[in-house]
Amino acid sequence: MAISFTLNGRPVTLDVDPDMPLLWAVRDEIGLTGSKFGCGMAQCGACTMHVEGQPVRACSTPLSAIAGQKVTTIEGLAGKVAKAVQDAWVKHEVAQCGYCQSGQVMSAVALLTENQKPSDADIDAAMQGNICRCATYVRIRAAIHDAAKTVRA
Amino acid sequence: MTDQTKIALPTTSRRRFLQGAGATSLGLVVGFHWAPRNAMAQAAAAPTMMNAFIRIAPDNTVTVLSKHLEMGQGVYTGLATIVAEELDADWAQIRAEGAPADAKLYNNLAFGPVQGTGGSTAIANSWDQLRKAGATARALLVAAAAEQWKVPAAEITVNKGVVSHKSGKKASFGQLAANAATMTPPAEVQLKDPAKFQYIGKSVARLDSRAKSTGTAQFTIDVKLPGMLTALLQRAPLFGATVKSFDATKAKAVPGVVDVVQISNGVAVLAKNFWAAKLGREALAIEWDETNAEKRGTEQILAEYKELAKKPGLPARKEGNVEEAFAKAAKVIEATYDFPYLAHAPMEPLDCVVTYDANGAEIWAGDQFQTIDQMNAARVLGLKPEQVKINTLFAGGSFGRRANTVSDYIVEGAEIAKAIEGRAPVKLVWTREDDIQGGRYRPMYHHALKAGIDAQGNIVAWQHRIVGQSIIAGTPFEPVMVKDGIDHTSVEGAANLPYAIPNMSVELHTTKTGVPVLWWRSVGSTHTAFATEVFLDEIAAETKQDPVALRRKLLTRHPRHLGVLNLAAEKAGWGKPLAKGRLRGVAVHESFNSFVAEVAEVVLQPDGGWKVDRVVAAVDCGTPINPNIIRAQVESGIGFGLSATIKPGLSMKDGRVEQSNFHDYEVLRIHEMPKVEVHIVPSKEKPTGIGEPGTPPVAPAVANALMAGTKQVFRALPLPEAVTSA
Repeated sequence: MAISFTLNGRPVTLDVDPDMPLLWAVRDEIGLTGSKFGCGMAQCGACTMHVEGQPVRACSTPLSAIAGQKVTTIEGLAGKVAKAVQDAWVKHEVAQCGYCQSGQVMSAVALLTENQKPSDADIDAAMQGNICRCATYVRIRAAIHDAAKTVRA
Repeated sequence: MTDQTKIALPTTSRRRFLQGAGATSLGLVVGFHWAPRNAMAQAAAAPTMMNAFIRIAPDNTVTVLSKHLEMGQGVYTGLATIVAEELDADWAQIRAEGAPADAKLYNNLAFGPVQGTGGSTAIANSWDQLRKAGATARALLVAAAAEQWKVPAAEITVNKGVVSHKSGKKASFGQLAANAATMTPPAEVQLKDPAKFQYIGKSVARLDSRAKSTGTAQFTIDVKLPGMLTALLQRAPLFGATVKSFDATKAKAVPGVVDVVQISNGVAVLAKNFWAAKLGREALAIEWDETNAEKRGTEQILAEYKELAKKPGLPARKEGNVEEAFAKAAKVIEATYDFPYLAHAPMEPLDCVVTYDANGAEIWAGDQFQTIDQMNAARVLGLKPEQVKINTLFAGGSFGRRANTVSDYIVEGAEIAKAIEGRAPVKLVWTREDDIQGGRYRPMYHHALKAGIDAQGNIVAWQHRIVGQSIIAGTPFEPVMVKDGIDHTSVEGAANLPYAIPNMSVELHTTKTGVPVLWWRSVGSTHTAFATEVFLDEIAAETKQDPVALRRKLLTRHPRHLGVLNLAAEKAGWGKPLAKGRLRGVAVHESFNSFVAEVAEVVLQPDGGWKVDRVVAAVDCGTPINPNIIRAQVESGIGFGLSATIKPGLSMKDGRVEQSNFHDYEVLRIHEMPKVEVHIVPSKEKPTGIGEPGTPPVAPAVANALMAGTKQVFRALPLPEAVTSA
């Protein structure tokens, strides 16, 4: 059964198992590999994409659930908030191994799109679903506060 | 990182060039390779290998070949900094990438004839080697300019990548490199006066930040080759069980599944994509032979360890007369400490890509033991090691997991590729469940400590018994790292306890179980630091001494321990009153020749819960190469150690691992991360490691803080979720 959706602004149609998770459809069928596999059960956030602007764990979202919707991956991030977040990530040298960071960036962009002056508690709430085994959390927090300032300016 | 983030297929000229360069390079002075003149002439537009570590391209980029795996610790940046410093390059022209596997050119000088990364050795073992490589390449560039401009080499200067002469002549590295590589290298090179360092100690920007913030960094899981199949392997449910029989009928019926093959470790399903491989694996019917499997649970194993600890073990350290000192002591204090099995759980589960035919094989992996993996893959594939090409990519974390002497995940990939006779490239992916249940854990340990105290409150005797599995036994490292039955990694941090105590006995019981074990970030110090530092605070409490004052008294002959202890205590405000409900604890520990003290501040909550709010760390890792990366590694080490301080480890029931993914094998999340301050002791000593040493002190510092404000003692990890305040 063919499923159509919008990926990073372009229409795509895939004729695959409708139960295939969005993550694997995007990685294996479309070939965009910025979103990562970490747990396969929505526990770690490495696969985070935006569906209609909301952060979603793509490893546990069947393709059938996003038919007709707009999906953005790290490759399709654009705009003021995205630039502010990614620049802050570079400035604070957040990434270590870097594997979880696509998901961290996607969650941070979603947070700052909704809330341009997040408190530490807001950051905890928005970022708690994203695990970083390198524990770059101190810098994630600092980079989000810094990016928020840029977004507000 | 533009080069690093793309996978070059074997057809590129660079790859051929490198292979050719490697082949002609063996056995030359200081382990460097000097490319022959004709090779340079043929490749006018191609990049030039100045030596084994430095490649300069006509576009003026300088690529540093890292013999070490970049797994997040910042080693590409650190190693490139050393080269850039001596080369007088411009940091903006510097790139880094993984070197090919080669035990002669790229061995870890701390390991011997093995290329590999671990034990926080990357910077330490490369320091002299890369300074010399950079300085030698600089001398060659100067010689080329001198010849071209017909001026004395002594009149030529190099600054930020520009070679110049007072006459006004200037050239870039890119313009000079091809000629420079044909010059005769000087027998001796002058290394830079550290007072003139412009990059070392200055926190140059990490080379991989942009790629890792934009999703463009290339990991093994991202490799895609034409016709490639994804393989998932069904491993045994018990350690040591083997396949008795299996039925693949249903698995093969799953759309997208291409093949099902049996290998040593289980049954592999190969499919056109991950999802089909996963569904195929779930459809397998396998009967296991559990005859030789480990069937004990962790409770039973721990009970056996506790019995063992009642008897003397093999001596790891013996000084004075412990028995006599205990007999004379005014007071004897005893405590035991328990540590669970722990999984590394790197964010990128284990994975590798293997292509294979009769002439050779090529492997892509976040490879941590390149030449060991090369040998093991060659053995499986019936090839010579030099026929197996290893491409080392970024690893999505490791914490020790990717460095194992049996090359478990690489051998699995190679066996699968061989089982399908190389018909397609194979990408083996472990799921998170495979990772959590797949073994090679930080071993479970039990420690029993006993101290004798005299009438004045001095510690006169110290007996420390350690019970647990050896990581090294049965590996090629055994002849070097196991002496007289003592695995150094089981007792490190305990056998070299720095405290001035006249009578000391450190003993080891090495146990055997069927559970595979491995080094886990900071190895022996993951448990020895906790047992020794918490026990010392129990003694401090019992003898009514301040924990920092007691340590100072016992460390008078250890200035580097004292240096970090004093710095951390000062920066944390040790001794100053704390707000109600706020507690402070300290720990100091040496690991991998680096010294770290940490002061943890814990906040008690009314419901008995508690949270680590702040950790102040002081570190002495010799000459700091990149202070910002040092701080990042200490933050990371603290977070990693804190995870095992507050989250349960693994348990087994009847041999079966009871946890399977992050929902039941929990790890630290952002709301649990404390504020971290890192202070670096200025030093002119040679640089030592920093990937691991931040980890050991955090758990004991937190436990000691809790002990300071409660009536409880804390003798096992993880610490309890709730405490009763004093």
